Order: sequence, then C-alpha cells, then structure tokens
Amino acid sequence: MNIHEYQAKAILRNFGVPVPEGHVVYNSNSARDWAKRLGDGPWAVKAQIHAGGRGKGGGVKIAKTADEVKQYARDMFGMCLVTHQTGPEGKIVKRVLIEKGSNIADEFYLSFLVDRATDRVTLMASAEGGMNIEEVAAKTPEKLFFESIDPVVGLTAFQCRKVAFKLGFAIAQVKLAVPLLMNLYKAFVETDCSLLEINPLVLTGEGELVCLDAKINFDENALFRHIRIRDLRDYDEEDPMEIAASQYDLSYIALDGNIGCMVNGAGLAMATMDIIQHYGAAPANFLDVGGSATIERVTEAFKIILSDQKVEGILVNIFGGIMKCDVIATGIVEAAKQVGVKIPLVVRLEGTNVALGKQILADSGLDIVSADGMADAAQKIVKAVKG
Amino acid sequence: MSILIDKNSKIITQGITGATGLFHAQGCRDYCDTQMVGGVTPGKGGTEIDGFPIYDTVEDAVEKTGANVSIIYVPPIASADAIMEAVDAEMDLVICITEGVPVLDMVKVKKYMEGKKTRLIGPNCPGIISPGQCKIGIMPGYIHKPGPVGVVSRSGTLTYEAVWQLTSRDIGQSTCIGIGGDPVNGTSHLDALKMFEADPETKAVIMIGEIGGDAEEQAAEYVRDHMSKPVAAFIAGATAPEGKRMGHAGAIISGGKGDAASKKAFLRECGVSVADSPAEMAEALLKIWQP
Repeated sequence: MNIHEYQAKAILRNFGVPVPEGHVVYNSNSARDWAKRLGDGPWAVKAQIHAGGRGKGGGVKIAKTADEVKQYARDMFGMCLVTHQTGPEGKIVKRVLIEKGSNIADEFYLSFLVDRATDRVTLMASAEGGMNIEEVAAKTPEKLFFESIDPVVGLTAFQCRKVAFKLGFAIAQVKLAVPLLMNLYKAFVETDCSLLEINPLVLTGEGELVCLDAKINFDENALFRHIRIRDLRDYDEEDPMEIAASQYDLSYIALDGNIGCMVNGAGLAMATMDIIQHYGAAPANFLDVGGSATIERVTEAFKIILSDQKVEGILVNIFGGIMKCDVIATGIVEAAKQVGVKIPLVVRLEGTNVALGKQILADSGLDIVSADGMADAAQKIVKAVKG
Repeated sequence: MSILIDKNSKIITQGITGATGLFHAQGCRDYCDTQMVGGVTPGKGGTEIDGFPIYDTVEDAVEKTGANVSIIYVPPIASADAIMEAVDAEMDLVICITEGVPVLDMVKVKKYMEGKKTRLIGPNCPGIISPGQCKIGIMPGYIHKPGPVGVVSRSGTLTYEAVWQLTSRDIGQSTCIGIGGDPVNGTSHLDALKMFEADPETKAVIMIGEIGGDAEEQAAEYVRDHMSKPVAAFIAGATAPEGKRMGHAGAIISGGKGDAASKKAFLRECGVSVADSPAEMAEALLKIWQP
C-alpha cells in the first residue's frame, strides 16, 4: 500500500526524523493561510499524488510570496499530472502540501528495503541525491553503499557512521546522521514498511540534515496490525475496478488488451496472460479468482471483467485441484446467466470430474466454447475476438 | 524415489482444528496412507479430531508421535511463531501453507533458523508431494504419477499444470515442491535443484519461475556450473507491467529488474530448455531429455 508524501512525513516526524515544517491543504485559500502560518518564505508547493517525477510535470514549485503559494496551488488543484510513474492517463491533483523552503547545500539518497537475496532489511545510500536511483545503480553502481541489518540487533551506530562517512559527511553531520538513520530504521520496522525512500536527504546551508521528500510503501500482509496506517489509504489514487475486486478477495489488475481473463492461482493467471500474448493478442487484465471459485466470486469476477469496455472476449482457465470441475462449471454457468455475458466466452477446465464439467457447460444453453488445454483455449479466444 | 519426504515421513498439522487444516490433513492421509500422525492446537491437547490426536505444543507432539515433519495452516498473525515452534522442536522439515505472512516476520524467522537443522518450505505455498509415497500439502493427489522428473515452482496451480502435462504424457514425478510466492521464503529454486541433483532417482527437472527477484538466475548459474541433469523451465509474467504486483508479493518487476525476457535469456545461456508458452513445459523438457 502506498501513501502520500505528507502522510509519510507525518509518520517520520513521529519517529523523530527531521522533515520540513508543512501542512496539507485542499484549496488554494488555505494554501495561502498556511504559508503565512508557517513563517517567512520561500515555500515549496507540492502536488500530492502517488507517483514520483512530479517536479518535471509541474507538480512542485517554489513560491517567494504567500500570493504565489496561492497561485501555484490554484494551478495544481484539478490538474492532471502526468509523470513517468503515472502512465499516460496521469493523475488528478486533489491535495497539495505547503512546506517551509529549505536552503539546500547538498543532496543525498537513502532507502531501506527488504533484500530478498539476504532475507534482511538493507540500508542503501548514495551521494547522488535527487537523481533517479535506478539510473545511478545501472551506470555507476560504485556510488551506491549498502548496509545489511541484523534483524535481532537492529541498525547499529557503527553502520550509520560507516554510511555517513562514505557519503562524505563532516563529523558534525555524521553525529546528526546516526540518530536520523536509526530513527528511519525504527519507523521502517515498527510500521512494517516494504520500502522507505528519502530522495533527497538534504544538507542545509545551516549544516542540518532534513528529509526533503519521503516515499513509503507498506507490506499489505502486515496491515492487520496497523489500523491507523490502513486508514491512510487514498482510494482516489487506486483503480476503481481493483478496489471493487479486492472487496471480494479477488486479485485484479487492469491491463491494456481486449481479452479478459479469469484464472485460479496467481502463477497460472500470469501464465494465461502470457499464452494469450504468445498467440498474438493481449490480455485485458490479471485476475486470480482464488482457490474456491464459488458462484458468488465467479459472478463478481465476470462483472468486473465486463465493466472494462475494452474487453471483447473472456478466457476462463481453471485448474480444478481440490475443487471438482462439475462444481466449478455450475458456478460459471450460473454466473454467466446472471451477468448476461454477450461476448465470446472460452472455458478451459481441468481436474476431477472434468468430463462432467464440460457436459454441464455444453448443456447450459449458453454460447460457451469448451477448450482442451491452455494452448487450445488461448487459440480459440484469440480467434473468436479477432474474427 | 524422492527428495525431502517419502513413505516414512511422519507429519503433524499445526492448526489442525481449523476447517482448512483438518480438510487437508484428511486429504493427505487419504493419499497413499501418508502418515498424518496428529495435530497441534494450543488448549486442545489430549483431545482428538477425526482420529487425529491433538497436542498443546509441537514439542509434545514430537515426543508422543515421533513426527519429523510439520505442516502449518495457522493464520498469518501467528505463522511466524508456529514456524519457530516447529524449528525449536527440531523438525527435519516445516511446510507453511499460510498466505499473507508479514515479510518482516519472515526476516526474523530466517534469522532464528540460522544454524538450526530444520528446512522450511513456504510460506504461501501448496506444499510438497512425492507421488505414490507421501503428500504434504493442498495439491490434488490424483494428477501426479510416480516417476523420474522433479518439479519446483513458486506457484500452485501452475505447478499442477506442469505436473498434468507430464502425467498426460505418461511421465511420472519424483517430487514436486511449491516453494511459494513470497519474497522471503524458506527454500529457493537453487536449494531444490541441489537436492534434485543429489537424488539418484530424479533424472530431469522442470523449474517454474516468475518475474521479480533473481532466484531463477541463481538457479540457472547452478545448472550451468554444477548440474548433470537436464532442466527445462518456464517463467511466468512476460505480459506483466513494471511496478504492479501480480498476486504473489514476490512477483513484481522493479527498477527494470526481474522481467521475464531477461530471465528467459539468461536461463537459455545457462543451458536450460525454456518454454515460451506455459502449454509447452513438458515439451521443453522432452526436447533435451527422453524418459
């Protein structure tokens, strides 16, 4: 789960991490009021959407007067901000963060993440702050520094000092960096982050360290123990169909193609998308209907797939496993009748009672094409859609 | 034959009084008389459920039954503790089926397991089966057939797909392991390949990978440098866009890394026969190996 920058900064502030003073606003008048309340300018005016690269799209401005703050904020509200992370459709700005400006002398990069190669949390740092860190990693990997963190001992002071000296800090800043890094790690662990990224961390003209930007992703699996964090979810930032699907425990992701997919199991769902592409068409979605393809779940899955206007045909691929194929076939027929599927529907069933399952599909009176195996199913739906 | 488990394995179920735990304990017992010797549910020790004796602690269950394998169905909030309890009881093998275990819990579990004898499979996995001998997991037993091919995969139903392709061609399996779709887990593709290489009865291997991470690449390097047996592979997720999590927490392409095309290319370089379509996993193996 992602949250906004201002929310991430509020969390970090609670853990004693230095972040700029600021306030989120929902209209341009309060933008000006809050600017005045924060003290003298300049101020940073930052559009709050769940994507990086906002500066290049006009989503980050520096204002010298309170009226400028209002003007920039007014420009941003309702603006469709397109960045390299939003996709071409962009995202509408509904919240703007007003912050006291910082006197930037130098910029650095920090992040904490779970490293699956070591099964530990790793601290990653670079003096190349403000840059796209993936580019730094690809072009100049020697400029990235890593510290692997023992989960029992936690991040140690000496590890913080090692990183701080590698970043070129003077001793005064090293002394600031140690508690800053330790508090970031504490925030990471205590809120179950999967990624915590500070880009940039700035050294100010006054010799202080401040986290100028903050990005946090949380581990969805751990949200059950963080009710307050769960409440930070901004549904405006998420695909409405993905939200609808999650209410029925369906895992759904919209894609660009025209063949809707309904599959049980994440791996088989990905493989089904792949085989559609293999036969020259494109999947409209990823949809894992889960282990128990009940009538209710299949019905909801059909509704979600059909609400995508691009979908011209549906491929259902179920490997029966524990569930018997006749039960699944009955579910598919009932759901298709309820929803009224009017586009080509190809169903591939495999598992216990498969013959009985196919018979139920054939006897349903519905226009369901039965397939033998994944290749046959993919070829049939691609042909049906292409005509 | 098989790796990790065989007809002598004695298994207890942690979380046996839950609906899922009981259902699958019965399913495993029904498959070739797998020795499901009991279960653990704290507070219900001394009672019985459908013929399975229940114990309060894993330690107690091991002492009374001689179990050497544990399978876990307890909810995510208690999974890490359940795994560590089984490790503490010096089980040979622990299989955690539970989906949704917090990743930082697994970081702690991995640290706890350092230097201990226990091997962990999962979490978020379908389990392990040695066809004709022993089934410890939620997979449908009847699709399998005893034979010479080892199968290892992160995914459940895609594993069944590969197994079914083999069985339909009258090719059996030695052992099939679902290692799970989470970023931090107990057994990797590489671990499984090493065990298949060492098992005299396994003659060839199908490895099914996914986008995300570099576990498949590490396994491929082992195939290139150390493996004498032929390996075929499929990588799911060629159509997955960057930054989107495809169901499994581990199946995500980030920073341009872990995409299917680069994984497939590297596997081919290492001498693995890679299937372009998931319908051709068995065919990919038969291109380089004859049973």
